[in-house]
Order: sequence, then C-alpha cells, then structure tokens
Amino acid sequence: MVLQSGIAAPDFTLPTGPGASLGLSQLRGKIVVLAFYPADFSPVCGDQMALYNETLSEFRRLDANLLGISVDGIWCHAAFAKARNLHFPLLADFEPKGAVARAYGAYRESDGVTERALFVIDRSSIIRWSYLSPIEVNPGADGILDALEALEKHT
Amino acid sequence: MTLKPPVSEHDHSAGGPNARVTLVEYGDYQCPHCAAAEPVVRALQKRFGSELAFVFRNFPLQEIHPAAEGAAELAEAAAAQGKFWEAHHAIFAWSRQHGPESFGAEAFLAIAGSVHLDAVAVRDAIGEHRYLERIRSDFTSGVRSGVNGTPTFFIDGRRHDGAFDEDTLGGALAQTER
Repeated sequence: MVLQSGIAAPDFTLPTGPGASLGLSQLRGKIVVLAFYPADFSPVCGDQMALYNETLSEFRRLDANLLGISVDGIWCHAAFAKARNLHFPLLADFEPKGAVARAYGAYRESDGVTERALFVIDRSSIIRWSYLSPIEVNPGADGILDALEALEKHT
Repeated sequence: MTLKPPVSEHDHSAGGPNARVTLVEYGDYQCPHCAAAEPVVRALQKRFGSELAFVFRNFPLQEIHPAAEGAAELAEAAAAQGKFWEAHHAIFAWSRQHGPESFGAEAFLAIAGSVHLDAVAVRDAIGEHRYLERIRSDFTSGVRSGVNGTPTFFIDGRRHDGAFDEDTLGGALAQTER
C-alpha cells in the first residue's frame, strides 16, 4: 500500500541530470507533487507526464512544485524530457533501484518498475494526499488539483 | 469521471437540443489519434441521426504538438464565420492526408480557403490570439473532468474509458437509457 495522508514524507536525494540532484529537504517550505510513473516513453500522445507538463501553470498557480520519478536513468530521462519538451525535473530512482519508490510503498517487485502513484506533500513535508492508480490507467491531473485546492483552504 | 462544466450553449454542438444522447470529445487537432477518430464520429452521427448531439472541446497538447493551438484558433475563427464544423472536418482531413506535422501558417491558409473562409479575418484572429482564452478554458475544463490524453470521450457527461472504434463507441452510445 502506498503511504497515506498524515505520514511524514520519507526524505530522499536523487539525480535529476548529469552532476545535478534534488532532495526533498531542499523543498521544505514548499508544496511538492511527487508523481511516480512506470517508465519514460509510453507510446501514446498526451501520456501522464506530457499532460502534467501542460498543467504546470495550474500547479504553479497553486504554488506546487511537480517532480516526476521513475527507475529510468538520467540519460533516458534527458532524452524523454527533450522529446516531450518537459519543463519539470525527472528524478532517477535508479541506484539502488527503486529505493525511494519502496519507501513510499510504490514499487512493483513483479515488474521492477515504480507504480503509477501520486503524492501531495505539504510545506512541512507531510503527505496530505496519495493515490495509487491501476498501472495501465493514466490518473490525469484532476485528483492532484483537488488535493492542492483542499490544502490551500487549510493553510 | 464527470464532465465539468456540463455541455452548454457556449459549446460547439452538432445535433439538436432534443437529442437522446450527447457525445463530447476533448481533442487536439494535431493529434493523429484524434484525426483517426474523426471519421468514426461522423459515421456515428450518420447512424444515430437526430438522436445524437456531438460536442467538441479543445485539448491542445501544445508542448508536444506546437501547432495544435493554432489549428484550434483556426477552427474558432471559422466558428465566428458560422463554419466551425466545416473547418473542424477540413483540419482533420488535412492531417490525415498531409500528416499533422505539416500544420503551419501555409496549411491553415489552404484549409481556410478550402472551406471558403474570409482569409484576412482568420489570419487576424490567429495573429491576435482572439480565441486562445476560450481554447485554454476548454483545456482546463478537460483537466478538471479527468481528460488524460486525446481523444477523450464523454457520453452523457460520463467519461468513456473503452476504445473509440465505431463498434465500441457506437455500442456505448446505444446502451444509454432511452
């Protein structure tokens, strides 16, 4: 089961590109949307990450920082980000493989990839919303936006 | 997943207000799957006749389809001249014939000409992004309604998660309560 609302978000630092990395602690004081997805380059138009890319202005309006995360390595992420023109960081949960996904309860042992799982993390690094999607279903962005709006009302 | 906001007079709708069932598509003019779905929708319109109202809302994925918004602006400019559906069909027909990557100012002019639009008015509308706000508000409504790619269909306000070939979509339309 993925980590639920009310639990402190496990900290991590992961590579985002050659010589670059990003840690959750660096984003303390900010709202974070953590989107685990199985793999770069799913063969459809408007896949999950492409959709979120188009929704960035809505996320920013709600003061949220989007991070994509999968077990793909940084070079694969770089090619994917370039192909889809992505404007948000992709984190490589690559070594040890899936360690961060495991900490969030979002790793699929059977397939060796991350689940399609979403987390909204508040300014104090507490998980405020999480969602596990069936792996073949793009969960869209509406659940995230609803959760972010609910968060705004509480803070 | 339900459609937010529901269909209203602000939408582009083909088919009368007395239709038995309403099919809404969120689509992207530069998406090849949407271009392929267009003849399917036309066949269903023929099959269901006045029973079916069809509504199209824009869902341009601009970062992967850089001419999608421009094509949507062309369709909206055509709507201002009372020719939304003519332009809608012509844009997708062009995409199927020449490929969606061929979209650009030249293609848009040719499409506008093929359905006898006032070319100057179209060029100005696109140049001034006169209809971009409406297009983006379609997009946002799609995100809030659970659109997760294109095309996404809604039947009487509920998201259709199955395939969008003629048999599947037609079967789903036929199954709605009379």
